[in-house]
Amino acid sequence: MNENVLAKLKILAESAKYDVSCSSSGTVRRNQAGTLGNTVGGIGICHSFAEDGRCISLLKVMLTNVCIYDCAYCINRRSNDIPRATLSVSELVDLTIEFYRRNYIEGLFLSSGVVRNPDYTMERLVRVAKDLRTIHKFNGYIHLKSIPGASRELVNEAGLYADRMSVNIEIPKEENLKLLAPEKDHQSVYQPMRYIQQGVLTNKEDRKKFRNAPRFVPAGQSTQMIVGATSESDKDILFLSNALYQHPTMRRVYYSGYVAVNTYDKRLPALKQPPLVRENRLYQADWLLRFYQFKVDEIVDDAFPNLDLEVDPKLSWALRHPEHFPVDINRADYEMILRVPGIGVKSARLIVVSRRFSKLGFYELKKIGVVMKKAQYFITCSELPVRTVNELTPMGVRKLLLPTPKKRKSDDRQLVLNFEENTP
Amino acid sequence: MTIFIYDHTFDGLLTCLFEVYNRKTFPDLLLKDGEPLPLFIDEVINIETFEEKHFRVWKGLRKRLSASALSNLTYGWLSELPGIDLLLLRYMKKVFDSPISIETNFADADVLELSKVWKKVNNERHRLLQFVRFQKASDGTFFAPVEPLYNVLPLTIRHFRDRFADQPWLIYDIKRKYGFYYNLKSVEEVTFEDETQAHLITGILQEDLIAKDEKLFQELWKTYFKAICIKERLNPRKHKQDMPIRYWKLLTEKQE
Repeated sequence: MNENVLAKLKILAESAKYDVSCSSSGTVRRNQAGTLGNTVGGIGICHSFAEDGRCISLLKVMLTNVCIYDCAYCINRRSNDIPRATLSVSELVDLTIEFYRRNYIEGLFLSSGVVRNPDYTMERLVRVAKDLRTIHKFNGYIHLKSIPGASRELVNEAGLYADRMSVNIEIPKEENLKLLAPEKDHQSVYQPMRYIQQGVLTNKEDRKKFRNAPRFVPAGQSTQMIVGATSESDKDILFLSNALYQHPTMRRVYYSGYVAVNTYDKRLPALKQPPLVRENRLYQADWLLRFYQFKVDEIVDDAFPNLDLEVDPKLSWALRHPEHFPVDINRADYEMILRVPGIGVKSARLIVVSRRFSKLGFYELKKIGVVMKKAQYFITCSELPVRTVNELTPMGVRKLLLPTPKKRKSDDRQLVLNFEENTP
Repeated sequence: MTIFIYDHTFDGLLTCLFEVYNRKTFPDLLLKDGEPLPLFIDEVINIETFEEKHFRVWKGLRKRLSASALSNLTYGWLSELPGIDLLLLRYMKKVFDSPISIETNFADADVLELSKVWKKVNNERHRLLQFVRFQKASDGTFFAPVEPLYNVLPLTIRHFRDRFADQPWLIYDIKRKYGFYYNLKSVEEVTFEDETQAHLITGILQEDLIAKDEKLFQELWKTYFKAICIKERLNPRKHKQDMPIRYWKLLTEKQE
């Protein structure tokens, strides 16, 4: 370990930072007496937060940022003139262990550019995970990227050491992927996903017969899509997410607002700012799919192919379907209460439990944690009726709930001269 | 105004509850030995901590409360908030007086208040798990200074004992002047005779105490922390919200 590693780490972390996933949840791994580390499960532990507000839970790094591919959206593409570096297996293992000992990280998120061929690259990723688990008896979290096009044997071996594996789809539509990354296709992404899923399901059967059979990717798999680099609508993205969530091992789909890294490439849009609001709305829609029992065609359909950027998808659905409201808080089903804007999973559960003891009014709902600013237009409770979405009309409610633009105070004693140029 | 004066230990508080029933009176104020009395006083009672008394109270509580509610009491006590002892006393009295469990009766002001305190303390405990940073000393011990808002260090020891089972470590609370030391076999509570040693005050190990490669790893971590940030997405507000400024003093990556 020396100063050399410092420069390499800088290069490789900068290459890896566009991967979104950083979760260390989904599995519990106890410490085996006298060895290092454990995995706590639950909500996971974030050890630090970068200045862009994203959490740092895992050491997110690439083994190498040398790549044989030339994907237009990727910072590490072959034709980019950036510093390249490669960490040796032992350097990376040492780095992980020493960071972990100082409580900097929960574990390792390892990915890599493709060198020579997918199998060669995958083999080296597996070596790192294997060394950590078998030689250093490391019980922390390991998230391995599966290289598209890697063989089944290597994915199966990786699964024995990793807690979570992921293959990134990146571009939801194959024709757009072909446009930006001519050397890739969807087949090469779905194939490793299938290997992982089959491995997990086989392992599940095995563990029913033999309790001590080694676990295989216990925290399942995740994937990531880039938002805003190509012409896909939110409908395309969410329908694909929904299809992925139907698979038993798919735990998370991440959305990554496209950061214009290769501005010279004319196939890509020239964005000044990553589409952060759209990304946020997609995550909200994702939550509706996973925790609020929404069907994907209720969130987006042919008439509304894109999410509303001004209001969140749940409110947007409620405004499009005023016929379902107002909901009677003291009588309605849990599923219906969950659909009221301003009521989340926690509040909905509390409502269902507490209404057994006494009727609930506005005051109680507020104490429970309901956002009454939104919810008041969509509910009735034990109190006098107020004006709901049906009386105010969806357009009226929408106007009430939109954030009011801040007016800039102008001092009318001051004469303002407009010096802005009118010529373009 | 009735005042109980006790030794400000949890056992002492349990003895107070015993005396509440013994003397058929409830204090308006709990004071520590040596604290100045307020102006208007009816009665001042000195409570001495007795083992059989507080054991009996604790036995009674264990019969009436679930394990999680008992741990709520501990969390509440460790919050060290002003007036928390009186709140706990009222809560425990309600436990004994009520024929049914009051644990989930959040309409009761004391139950709600205690649950809020629990939430605060539990958050601080989680922050400790997140933001403890070890520095390796030259003798191989990993030293971490902490300065939590509430006295939550004891609540995290099980986690650290399990996680760092193969390295000797010392986590030291520089505000409350005590720590826990793990010697590869067991964890012991420790205090230092000379509390004015520089690293027990600033939390940063001096050059002569630090391990050979420690500086390099700190440098690596700082480099990584800077490199992982996407400049196009800067969001200082969220950054400060998730990692409040009061922790920065002891965070390796936030040192210059």
